[in-house]
Amino acid sequence: MTSVLQSVLDPAGPQAAHISWLWWLMFWVTTAVFVIVFALVLAAMWRGGRARPSADEAADRPLAAAVSFGVALTVVILFGLLGATMWTHRAVLALGAESAVTVNVTGHQFWWEFEYDAAVPSQRVTTANELHIPVGRPVVLKVTSRDVIHSFWVPNLHGKRDLVPGITSAIWLQADRPAVYRGQCAEFCGRQHAHMAFEVVAEPDARFERWLDAQRQLARAPQSAAETHGRDLFLTTQCVLCHTVRGTPAAGKVGPDLTHVGTRGKIASATLQTRPDDVAKWIRDPQHVKPGSQMPPTPLSDADVQALSDYLVNLK
Amino acid sequence: MRKRDQRPQDPGHELPPALEDPKELEETWADDPGLWGWLCSVDHKAIGRRYLGTAMVMFLLAGGLAALMRLQLSRPENPFMGPDLYNQLFSTHGTTMMFLFAVPVMQGLGVYFVPLMVGARAIAFPRMVAYSYWMYLGGCIFLYTSLFLNTGPDVGWFSYPPLSEQLFNPTKRPDVWAQMITWTEVASLAVAVSIITTAFKLRAPGMALNRIPIFVWAQVVTSFMVVFAMPAVMMASTALILDRLVATHFFDVDRGGDALLFQHLFWFFGHPEVYIIFIPGTGIVSTIITTFSRRPMFGYLPVVLSLVSTAFIGFGLWVHHMFATGVPQLGASFFTAASIIIAVPTGIQFFCWIATMWSGKVEVKAPMLWMIGFFWVFMMGGLTGTMLAAVPLNIQVHDTFFVVAHFHYVLIGGAVFPLFAAFYYWYPKIVGRMLSERAAAWGFGLFFVGFNTTFFPMHILGLHGMPRRIYTYLPETGWGTLNLVASSGALLMTAGVIIVLANAWRARHAGALAGDNPWNAPTLEWATASPPAHSNFIHPPTVGSAYPIWQDRPDQAVVVGLRSDVRDVLVTHLLDTEPDHRSVFPEPSIWPLLTAISTSLMFIGSIFTAWAVVYGSVPIFISMVGWFWPKSPDEGGTQPWPATERTLPLPNEAPEGAMP
Repeated sequence: MTSVLQSVLDPAGPQAAHISWLWWLMFWVTTAVFVIVFALVLAAMWRGGRARPSADEAADRPLAAAVSFGVALTVVILFGLLGATMWTHRAVLALGAESAVTVNVTGHQFWWEFEYDAAVPSQRVTTANELHIPVGRPVVLKVTSRDVIHSFWVPNLHGKRDLVPGITSAIWLQADRPAVYRGQCAEFCGRQHAHMAFEVVAEPDARFERWLDAQRQLARAPQSAAETHGRDLFLTTQCVLCHTVRGTPAAGKVGPDLTHVGTRGKIASATLQTRPDDVAKWIRDPQHVKPGSQMPPTPLSDADVQALSDYLVNLK
Repeated sequence: MRKRDQRPQDPGHELPPALEDPKELEETWADDPGLWGWLCSVDHKAIGRRYLGTAMVMFLLAGGLAALMRLQLSRPENPFMGPDLYNQLFSTHGTTMMFLFAVPVMQGLGVYFVPLMVGARAIAFPRMVAYSYWMYLGGCIFLYTSLFLNTGPDVGWFSYPPLSEQLFNPTKRPDVWAQMITWTEVASLAVAVSIITTAFKLRAPGMALNRIPIFVWAQVVTSFMVVFAMPAVMMASTALILDRLVATHFFDVDRGGDALLFQHLFWFFGHPEVYIIFIPGTGIVSTIITTFSRRPMFGYLPVVLSLVSTAFIGFGLWVHHMFATGVPQLGASFFTAASIIIAVPTGIQFFCWIATMWSGKVEVKAPMLWMIGFFWVFMMGGLTGTMLAAVPLNIQVHDTFFVVAHFHYVLIGGAVFPLFAAFYYWYPKIVGRMLSERAAAWGFGLFFVGFNTTFFPMHILGLHGMPRRIYTYLPETGWGTLNLVASSGALLMTAGVIIVLANAWRARHAGALAGDNPWNAPTLEWATASPPAHSNFIHPPTVGSAYPIWQDRPDQAVVVGLRSDVRDVLVTHLLDTEPDHRSVFPEPSIWPLLTAISTSLMFIGSIFTAWAVVYGSVPIFISMVGWFWPKSPDEGGTQPWPATERTLPLPNEAPEGAMP
């Protein structure tokens, strides 16, 4: 699927489209105001460089009329912009919630937890750092945070919403074209704020449902001796303390759920590729890749790290 | 010993001569020589110069930090520095620029010029002003010492909890931030009170409310904003440090605290802060445009009312910094409307400045060059401000480089460009020498081009999704090129600043002598020597118009009857400036410095233990007792203004145009 460069000006959903309309309206209005007023400044300086100073009140009277006209025009323009703002704000909020997909988004230092809601608890799916959404269907994101304040932002789809601990708030969005959109934390949240990104995979409905179904399955069992060794390492070292792999005894909740980590395009909050060498680099010394991240280095031999990476990238 | 009680006491005698003894007067108002005298000074000109000098050092230091940040961001995944250092740099940069540069430099201008512009011999509460400077200096030293000890604030200039709470930041860095706020707020509150009192009670006879220079109005309005806004941030920072020090749970979500409460308190101060910085800037603009247009300000009344209404509305739009937290639509609409409406008073000022130049005779000297820059830069920042007022756009560009661009356009445009203009405008008054016009043009050109090269691309970076406060970014984001452009602009800005400083350094001794009034300006600070006499005015003026040097009669009366053997100051009525009484102002004293040191020690100690507040109050108490110990019957005394010594004519012979 194509990756899209993140941009407010390249909207891929109704909210971002409304906002980009408002942007261009304000851009052209303010540009016109800027050009006219700055031209007036230069004209005033140029004229003032030649004319004689007038100080008596009678001479100022036409000037007073001109200033009043300018101020009145300013007020009219500002009220016009205010009206456009209110209209856009309503339009942005007016997305039907029928047939909506509900995802609980939880921010952590420095990664994203996405839980797909379902009436039956066993049908709920938890994943991390890669949000899949169906194209053309509204998505309700219920956002909160476990630690500090983060902010959820996918510029091509919608404006941002803060993830405030203790408060759950909802944001609606929708993607109109299938693509991979990049998102990034937009509220300073500590040392790895810069690398707290994620990807939004917008795909056709059928594909989305297939993906969701696959995510509900337990983790794939190891298929080779190396993978089995990797799984055993996973379950007998510190990994198991923080991470979950459903279908194994690993049930840690501190770090991202890794049940299907091999299906995700990227790891470490969209910082590295899900390739054995990148995964190995990450496992060996996360503090080198992302200084200040919460994951400690794993003291394993190179062969063991390789086996562990093989196991993880094959968790499809 | 100075001669006392040697002047005639006979109440029935003729009006005293205009001046009894200029030499004695200057001796009375001068600081004692040497280091001791320097430390004891309560002269508002000395303190104002120190404020301006220290603020300039802070500007250069924080600018240096910004240059390091630009170096780091000039290319993706730059290994130059890690997040730990970068976070300290951007937090200290923002904290310095807001608290230790922008507010103090404006207040320093006020401390130096408000007494001169209203024709007073001194600033009100001179020892408190001295204390405020030492407190400010203490805050500066404390912050930068901490930074060099690797304990600089690292949670942003806003220090939002929970990130700044003990749980997520067990270092002393957020404490440094919170206490530094307290220091500087004590300093700025003290100055605000002094400036308000000076402008209200020490104005020259005849300077009715409608004759107060616009710069003084701007200082008064700003000071009132300081009085109402600063306590909010002190509350926020004190609650934060209490959370950290004695576990009070103000902002601790798990114990019933509220993380958003801090943001409300902070921005209730934080938004007015922008106007606290910008309103004195507009005061400078009005002053300089008036002088170089050679005519009275067009629309004096609307401009003054604009300043006042900006101050009022400025308190009603703080929530637009929090739209992304999810404000309900009705509430958000109110704050959107308020944020858009505040553009109206600023628009009025813009049109009045244009009208003043249009109908005046404009002379483009160095200060006017910076005015052109001001119009360009500030207007662009103001217009992107209307975009940020709109909730839908705000939630897209909030906390991105678009906002970084926006507020640098507003603050550098609204404050730094006017300050550079003020530097060229008032340097001859403070130093007594003229700056080179040629070097000024180069400095302006480099800074202006550099500024736009640095900050304009940031708008686009923000729209392309680059968040603020990131120490690096991945190559695939596509942000590399524009960041490199922005970083290269920083070099030009630096060159511009160096030229301005070199110009000032050279002109200290080599510049042409300025004389009293090199610009032919209309306000009273130009009615005395450059640099001004110790007593400001050998003959304290009275005024008969809003532009005394341009419009007053040559034989305009001066104030007589003030003693020259003590620091005698005339106090006048608020509205009509009728003489009220004479007040003997305090002599220089070491106690403000000692009090500032003991207060600072308590603040430093309280970062480590709550008990420091208890122990630390003892030295503060002792130094306060020393400060207020009565030293002579003259000091601090007030005497009624005897009717026989009226300088001003009685009401029936009030000067032309004075308010009845």
